[in-house]
Amino acid sequence: MALIKINEMFKSYPIGKGKFTALKNIDLKFEKGEFTGIVGPSGSGKTTLLNIIGSLDVQTEGKVEVMGNEVKSLSAKQSSRLRSEHIGFIFQTYNLLPVYTVYENVEFPLILLGMSAVERKKAVSDALKWVGLTDKIKSRPAQLSGGECQRVAIARAIVKKPSLVLADEPTANLDAENSHHILKTMKKLNEELGTTFIFSTHDAKVISYLKRKITLVDGKVSNDEIINGG
Amino acid sequence: MILKLATKNILGAGLRTWLNIFILSLSYFVIIALQGFYVGWQDDAAREMKNWDLAGGQYWQETYDPYDPFTLENSHSIIPEELQKQIDNGEAISILFAPATIYPDGRMRNIVLKGIDPNQSLIELPTKYLVNSNNEINCIIGSGFADNLNIKQGDYIVLRWRDKNGTYDARDIKVSHIFSTTVITVESNQVWISLPILQEMLDLPNEATIITIKDEMFDQEITGWQYKNLDILLIDLTNMIKAKTIGSSIMYILMLFLAMLAIFDTQVLAIFRRRKEIGTMMAMGMTRPKIIQLFTLEGILHAILAIFMGAVYGIPLLNHFQKVGMQIGMDAKEWGLSGLDDALYPVYGWKLVLGTIVLVLITITVVSFLPTRKIAKLKPTDALRGKMTK
Repeated sequence: MALIKINEMFKSYPIGKGKFTALKNIDLKFEKGEFTGIVGPSGSGKTTLLNIIGSLDVQTEGKVEVMGNEVKSLSAKQSSRLRSEHIGFIFQTYNLLPVYTVYENVEFPLILLGMSAVERKKAVSDALKWVGLTDKIKSRPAQLSGGECQRVAIARAIVKKPSLVLADEPTANLDAENSHHILKTMKKLNEELGTTFIFSTHDAKVISYLKRKITLVDGKVSNDEIINGG
Repeated sequence: MILKLATKNILGAGLRTWLNIFILSLSYFVIIALQGFYVGWQDDAAREMKNWDLAGGQYWQETYDPYDPFTLENSHSIIPEELQKQIDNGEAISILFAPATIYPDGRMRNIVLKGIDPNQSLIELPTKYLVNSNNEINCIIGSGFADNLNIKQGDYIVLRWRDKNGTYDARDIKVSHIFSTTVITVESNQVWISLPILQEMLDLPNEATIITIKDEMFDQEITGWQYKNLDILLIDLTNMIKAKTIGSSIMYILMLFLAMLAIFDTQVLAIFRRRKEIGTMMAMGMTRPKIIQLFTLEGILHAILAIFMGAVYGIPLLNHFQKVGMQIGMDAKEWGLSGLDDALYPVYGWKLVLGTIVLVLITITVVSFLPTRKIAKLKPTDALRGKMTK
């Protein structure tokens, strides 16, 4: 059974008296364990598509099913629960909580899940080991480099072992070395934990790591290909 | 969970948090300090008035009206039998009033002549100085009145009065003692002499105008006499202090407003500045009501931490005020206010302290919550992009 099913989906925004259609007639399926990139130029609808899959936004028309939940029919509480339990997010600008330490940032999603302190400690420790940041647990985001911040964001996204991680331009603010390091980390997580990763990107470096590449142009899927033998 | 997050957030905000907490602690301190002075004044004044004048209450001869000096001449009756027993036991004192005139240094001054038992010990008036074995009439007067008339202890002044038949008489009386009190109702334009002497001068044996009783246990109906309990007798003082307290409330409304402004401003700014953080929390699965709770609690925590900060500098300062009092800087008697000495000593009761804390906490809770309603309208996608949803 597909993890995500999108059928004839449209997303429009009101602009003045008219409307702007960001996504047009999208039909996609994502299976468990995919490492997929949504590529395309700025304004092509990549982030909008990720937001709808992550139930941060809803489609205007069509059907979007994420892990058996129809996104549009979910209440605010239900969609919060879906995100809390099953989806991890990685953002271009890291979006770490500035007053929290690395440990506390990674621990935050587990607190929302109501996990006990002992379980949290183990999970955070494992996640930080995965991203190689065990020596920075007491640092605050302002004391970290961009690459380290993004690794903290990855640890925060995977700490609860979600079925799906959505990453919006995760390497856009990083140099080549850090980008490769981040991508290798995510690839490792994908292979070893079976976590599904969906990226939005227009970074050529990312593409070499992808198993599947979906190209969006002007809100439409122009190409959907399996690459790297994935 | 929310409490832990809120604590981390406000402590992590550093100097901004401590400035807000300081402003809030000032609100607690100023409100408690100001109100403490009024409570202290009321307590002092009521205690002094009881000690010097009112004791446990008074029976007034039915025609006596303290606001109408023309009633004085006829406001006297035979002391009722029920009260005479208490007087004999030392549990009540009878006082006779009469209008009279004194002529200090040849100037004329209308006064109220009051007769009191020289051996009484019910009120603090130093009546022992009224005893005289030299066939002179001794009198005692208050220091404010004496200063006003330039009278000194040992002076003789001419006293003129009218007896019950309307006949004028006059005699030199000796100022045997000048007493100091903060209670103007026993000193203003008053001359105190021995009750038996006054009864003889007026030819009103065994008569009195008021009977002051030790405590309210004698509260009973007596024909021809009206009982006035302490609530009635202190009503002028209570009303005056109430009026002053309302005046002072402007000050603490200003302090509350300052506190409200600090927190409201912080909350509005926090929601604006932290919208990306709010979006991130939403993305991680935190519900809007939880985020609203978090921000509201952060505001409330400012008020709670302000209690501790206020206690750190407030308790020593308030204790200091309690010890040294507030110097009034002029003779309070000139204001016509009873119970005010040279310094005003505040009283800080639990009721005042807890009342102020609850008032500030409720205000801050409301003010902390109001701006967070914006979060309810905030879309996660807008918040993540650092936008406010219109």
